[in-house]
Formats: sequence, C-alpha cells, structure tokens
Amino acid sequence: MSITRPIATTRSATGIPTGKLAVWWVVGSEIVIFGGLLASYVMHRLGHPEWAEYASHTNTWFGGLNTFVLLTSSLFAVLAHYAAEHGDGKKAAKWLLGTCAGGLLFLGIKAVEWTGEIQHGYTITANGFWHFYYTAAGLHALHVIAGCIIMLIIANDARKGKELHRVELIGIYWHFVDIVWIFLFPLLYIAK
Amino acid sequence: MAEAGTADTHGADAHDAAHGHHAQSFLSKYIFSTDHKMIAMQYMFTGIVMALIGGYMSYAFRMQLAFPGESVPGYGVVSQGEYNSLVTNHGTIMIFWVAMPMLIAAFGNYLIPLMIGADDMVFPRINRLSYQIFLISAIILVVSFFVPGGGFGGAWTAYPPLSASAEYNLTPLGATFWLVAVALEFVAFLLGGINFITTLMNARAPGMKMHDIPMVLWMIVIASILFMASVGPLIAGAVMLFMDQVVGTGYFDPDRGGDPILWQHLFWFFGHPEVYVVLLPAMGIVAEIICTFARKKLFNYKLILYTAFATGIISFFVWAHHQFVAGIDPRMANVFTITTLIISVPIAEMLFLYIATLYGGSIRLTTPMLWALSFIAEFLIGGITGIFLGASGSDIYFHDTYFVLAHFHYTFFPIAIIGFFAGITYWFPKMFGRMMDEKLGKIHFWGTIIAFNFIFIPLFILGAAGQHRRIYNFQNFPDLAGMQDLRVIATSALLVMLVFQVIFLFNFAYSLFKGKPAGKNPWKANTLEWTADSPPPHGNWPELPNCYRGPYEYSVPGREDDYWPQDVPPDTAPAE
Amino acid sequence: MAEHQEHADDHGQAFYVKIWAILLVLLILSILGPIVAPHAEFGFLKAWMITLMTAFGIAVVKAYLVAANFMHLNIEKRYISYLLATMLMLMLLFFAGVAPDVMKHEGQNWENVAAEAEVERALKAEGAAAAHGEHAGEHPSNEH
Repeated sequence: MSITRPIATTRSATGIPTGKLAVWWVVGSEIVIFGGLLASYVMHRLGHPEWAEYASHTNTWFGGLNTFVLLTSSLFAVLAHYAAEHGDGKKAAKWLLGTCAGGLLFLGIKAVEWTGEIQHGYTITANGFWHFYYTAAGLHALHVIAGCIIMLIIANDARKGKELHRVELIGIYWHFVDIVWIFLFPLLYIAK
Repeated sequence: MAEAGTADTHGADAHDAAHGHHAQSFLSKYIFSTDHKMIAMQYMFTGIVMALIGGYMSYAFRMQLAFPGESVPGYGVVSQGEYNSLVTNHGTIMIFWVAMPMLIAAFGNYLIPLMIGADDMVFPRINRLSYQIFLISAIILVVSFFVPGGGFGGAWTAYPPLSASAEYNLTPLGATFWLVAVALEFVAFLLGGINFITTLMNARAPGMKMHDIPMVLWMIVIASILFMASVGPLIAGAVMLFMDQVVGTGYFDPDRGGDPILWQHLFWFFGHPEVYVVLLPAMGIVAEIICTFARKKLFNYKLILYTAFATGIISFFVWAHHQFVAGIDPRMANVFTITTLIISVPIAEMLFLYIATLYGGSIRLTTPMLWALSFIAEFLIGGITGIFLGASGSDIYFHDTYFVLAHFHYTFFPIAIIGFFAGITYWFPKMFGRMMDEKLGKIHFWGTIIAFNFIFIPLFILGAAGQHRRIYNFQNFPDLAGMQDLRVIATSALLVMLVFQVIFLFNFAYSLFKGKPAGKNPWKANTLEWTADSPPPHGNWPELPNCYRGPYEYSVPGREDDYWPQDVPPDTAPAE
Repeated sequence: MAEHQEHADDHGQAFYVKIWAILLVLLILSILGPIVAPHAEFGFLKAWMITLMTAFGIAVVKAYLVAANFMHLNIEKRYISYLLATMLMLMLLFFAGVAPDVMKHEGQNWENVAAEAEVERALKAEGAAAAHGEHAGEHPSNEH
C-alpha cells in the first residue's frame, strides 16, 4: 500500500487499539440495524396470530444445522485469533480459511433451504412472515458474504505474517454475525 | 500497542520524509487524496454545489406559489408532479446533502485532527471511501430527476403507502433512486462517524485530557454517536421500503398485514435525533467563535458538555411528536409531549450559557461573530415556536401547516446555513491561508439575515391562518386563496437572499486568490489548529504538538497576551 | 474436530473448544425444546412457556457465551460492554414506543381496521386449510 499509516492511527488514548475500537463501534451500529428490523418483526409477529401458521413451514433442522455451522466457524475464528496472538500467522491464516469455509457452507445450506421453500410457494411476497424471513436472513447472509471476503484478504496478509492484529478484528465481527444468527434462529425457526 | 510511544516521538520525521519527496499528481492530490483536509474540502464543495441545487429548487417552487401557473424564469412552468419532486428533493438535499456534509463531514474532517494535534484521521482510506460513497449518493439523487417518471415527490419523509408503490407515487424509478441515494448517504456517514469517534477517542495529543477538547469536537462526536445509534432502524426501514418498491413485498401495505405507521416510527426514531445531529456541530462552531471574539473563557465548559449529552439522550425519547395526528395511541402522545417539552430545557440552558459567555467580554463584531450571534437569536425563534408543535393539543391544529415549515426552517437555516457561514468565515484563513474580505462578508451577512426573516415570518402568519404545507396552487382553494401578498413577500425575500449569496461566492473566490495573507493565527485563538501553518501542509505539523491546558484560556489575569494557546508549555506561566 | 486434540495441553485452545461444546449442547436443547414441551407441561407451566424459555432464554445464554468468551468482552474495557448494552437498550426503547401502535390493533379511541381485517381473513383461510388436514389452526404459541 502506498499509504503510510498516520501517527494518529498508532495513538491510543483510551488504551484500546484504534482498529479494535472502531470495530466495536461498527458492531454497535450493526446492533441497531438488526435491532430495528427484528423489533419490527417481533411486533408484527405478536400482533398477527395468523403468522404462527405461516412460520410453521420453516425447517428447524436446516436452521439448526446452520447454527451448528456458524458456531463452529466462530470457534475457528477465535482459534485464528489465538494463533495470531502467539505470532503464528500461517496457522491463523489456516483457521481463517476454515472460518471462511464455514461461512460458505452456511450460505450453501441456506441456498438449498431457500430453493425448497421457494418451490413450495413460500416466496418473499407470500405474506408478512416470509417478507421478514427472507429480508432478515438475507441481510444476515450479506454480512456473512462481506465477512468472508474481508477474511480472505486478512488471511492472505496473515499468511505472510503481516497485520496480525486484524485477525482479532475480523473475529469480533464474525462473532457478532454469529450472535445475530443465534437470535434469528429462534425468531424464525423455533417460535412457531 | 507497544510501538505507539516510539512512533509518537520519531514518527513525525519519518512521516514527513515519506510524503515530502514525490510530487503528487493532480488526481492523487485533489481527487483520491486521503488527507483529511482535502477530504474536508471535497465534502464542503460538494455541499456547496448541492446547496446551490437545493436553493435553485426552492426558487422554482416558491415562484410557483407566488405566481401560480406562470413560467418561472430559468425553469419553465412547474407542473404538479414537478412541484412535488422539487419540494421533496429540496428537503432531502438540504438536510442530507448540505447540513450533514458541511457541518459534520467538512468541519469534522478538517477540525478533528487539527484540533487534537494529530497528523490525520485514524483511518484515512476509510475516510476517502466515505466521501466517495457520499459523492455517488449525491450523483444518484441528482440523476433521479432525469429518469423516466421524474424525481420522487412523496415528501422528504417518504411516508408509505405513497412512497412504497409506483401505482400511487407515479415515480417508479425516482422513488427507488431517492431511497438508494439516502441509504448510501447513511452508509457514508456511518463510516465517517466511526472515523470521527475513534479519532477523537484515541488520537488526542499527549496531555489533552477530556476537558481540554475544544467544544466543537465534542459536539461533532456526540452528533456522530447520535447518528450511529439512531440510523439503524431507518436503514432497516429503507431495506423494507426498497423491498416494497422493487420486489413487491407488503411491509407497509395495510391490506397485506403491513403497517404504514411502522415506517413513520422507523423514520422519526432516526429523524428526530437527526435534528440534534446537525444542531450540535453548529452549536459547537458557535461556541468556538464566541469565545474567540468575546476574549472570554467558555462559561462553564462542563455544564455545556453535560447539556449536550443530555440533549443527545433525551433526543431519543421524543420522536413520536412528529406523529401526533398519524393515529398513534393518544396515551403515547401524552408521553411524547412531556419528553418533547423537556428537551427544550437543555437546549435553552446551552443558549443561556453562550449568552453568559458573552457577558462582560470584549466583543469584536467580526463577520464570524455576527453569524454566531445571529445563530443564537434565530435559533431561539425556531426553538420557541417548536413548543407549540411539541404540545400535542396545539399540534393538532398546526400540523402540516406552514407554521411547521417556518418553525423548522428557523431551526435548520441557523443550523445549516448560518452555522456553515460562521464556520467558514472563521476557519477560512486556516483553510486557505488568506483572510476573507470583512466588508463583503458583512454585506452578505446583513442581506442574508434580513431576507431570511422576511421569508419565514410571513410563512408563520400563513401557517397560523391554516395554510396547508403541501399545496401546489392556493388559488384553487377559496378558503386559502387570500393573503397572496404574504406569499409574494416571502418569494421576493427568497430572491433577495439568493442574490446575496452571489456576494459570498464572489468573496470566497476572490479571497481564495487575492485575500490578505492570514498568517498562522489571525484571530489570536487558543486551539491547536491555529499553531499549524495556514494552510496546514500534509501531516499538519513538522512535529506534532503537545497540549497543556484547556482551549478557552482567554484574558487570563496576569498574562501579557489575552490568549494562551494550548500548546505553549506552562513554564511561561506568570508567577502567581 | 479431532484436530483440536493435538493442542489439548494448551489451556487456551482447550478452553475455546469447551465453550464451543457448551454452545452445541445448548443448541440441541433449543431444538428439542418445542418437541419436548407439549409432553413436559405441568401446573401453570404451559408448553408455550417452555418453548419460549428454551428458544429465547437459551439464545440469550448462547449470545452471552459468544460475546464474553469469543469476542473477549470479559477482558475488554468495561465501557465497550456499556456501549453495546446502550444500543440494545435503544432497541428496547424503540420497541416500547412503536409496539403500542403496530402490535396492538385497537386502543383508546382508535382502531386499526385494516390490520384486524387481515388477521380475520388470514385466520379464516387457515381454518379452511386446516379442514383439509395436517396443521391445526389452533397453535400453542398463538397468544404470546
């Protein structure tokens, strides 16, 4: 990169490294984005008893499997952070690739699941529940995709032993995406 | 970060070496720069261009209201649909593409690193990305006027079902372009805001404690936090509305189990804190200016800071006062009336503290000071008229009349326009190294302020008489057709005000090249940006300054100078 | 996940694997919740209450485990937790302010006719579908 990092970036008046502080703010702003969507969903869900029937067509096993995949990828992310902390960039990169593979597997399962649902006529325009189902899961999936792309870039740097502190940053983001799914899972699949 | 300490002491030289050698090409210097000052300029000039577009729109629709049906010089006949898009996009542009970039992004980018004694923002490339997304959003909005069907005309609040269905709003592309532009703009400011917050939290000069931070930075950062915390639901809402428009969902369609009131809540949960998002930076700019030109310490720095925090917190509890007549539960209206009236307390307190700062000062009525004082006076009118609208009883009468319109122009005009002029006349010498012309500045000031009051006081009267906001031609309504004279007065005053802006643009361009050289510290101010060269070079200082005291040590007894810059070591202090 | 075992001596990694195992157990519990619930109700404890607890109670626990141990909020500066909690509180505030209008379909001197009509229409349609067999229109979690 042609840009020299400014001195400002290396300062840390709060005691938290600058990059990490920024990621926490990103997570904070994401909380309100997902929070606004999910709050809207919950109040509609509670106000519309008929949605219980709509919701009963979701497949808990797909949801559960995806939760398992994301939880495992989160474990990989934290192991990558652990390796990076100990200065082992190669191993960190390997774990990050594992995390990324988890993200892709998640998307793959999602694709199979959605294909089946759409074939049964449960499209996004079907009714209110399916609006929220696809929008919320879709917004989440966009975050998974973004996370995967960033993770590949960071893994590439980490492999060469550069920018190892970023492994932790993408980890924090990834765990947040995981937590969002932890809440989406009961909201969309279990509460029927 | 173990290397932080060494970077601070030795980094300055290495940094300069890295940037000093290669001459930058035009593109890398002006277009793809990561320098915070250049990005601030980009935001500012984009903001000025958008302000001119927004001003031109107000010219077209005000002419239509004063002389209905006649061809407007420079525009042509304004059709009903065009009238709606003009009004809608005037509001959208002035808030999202003028107030936000000029007050938060331009001054934030310019001032934060300079005032805290850093060489740049902490994430220069994210900063550049933020501007680029912002620029794309601005282009999309302008383009939306030229797509088939024309620009979106469903008011800047975009209430569904009107905004959700092309069947109703007749602008299938315009509405979607508008929505995408607004959403991209939010993304740009989220990125920018995170940068601002992180920079202020982490990159302060050694020795700069919490209460040594200049007030304007506190205000910009509190505003960024408010923005970040409130915009989430609206981004979610924008996704939902986008789905409604493009995919055909029914989030806001009552016939399919959706709820249009939900959008109003999503919008105003953001929309009301947004008022304070733009107000606080303007308040901060005013604070800097009145301290410098009254040569007095800011009256009770901590209390002003706490009132700013209080304003920010309370601003999350007031949003539904925009919806008193939307069919919300009347018991909720009671709650929101009370919170709305409460929020006027910290704001009034802040204005009192500013007036107390002026008391007993040796006031110099320079152009920036005139703007700052007029901010206090004009915003006061805007705030007081807000009381009528915040009380749900009287709001039922005033809602959607020109009274509302005049009220929020009395708040937003001081915020966006007066705040900007105050800031630009004050920091112009730092930004460009030359002084602006005082005489032209004062002519511009008086012309703008007097014309501004002549525009909106008639509109208060019209609104109190029951004139509805969203009417294309009042002559079609016998009950409202009277009082046309007042509309003509308002429109004429608008023309006068727009003409006076030419003086500003001339003064700006003239001073840019021919102004008197300013030197480092023309106003004899304390804050750190005045210790850098004007204009500051890349990296701002050869060696980054340290900070030894608060920003408002003016007229300290026993000192020869009446100011005491933040970076002067205390060993020059007078004997007690 | 056998490859973790090679580092079993290393406390840090084993710890993360342990948290992950707990998360998986919780996941299984939350999936089993609605299946077991109809058989487990006794006294005032209705099936939908059990479902709620296994679904959202466990989700909160899982989120806490991930946030504290994987995101390392437990060793991060306190105010980061406060920041995130504030954002969550804002969402509660949002819910509290909006739910009376959107979730409820009637209140003091007002009635959301469109929403009521939609609920009635949809329930009727479901009733018709239920007459065909399989899903019962009446569902335990209707009232929550």
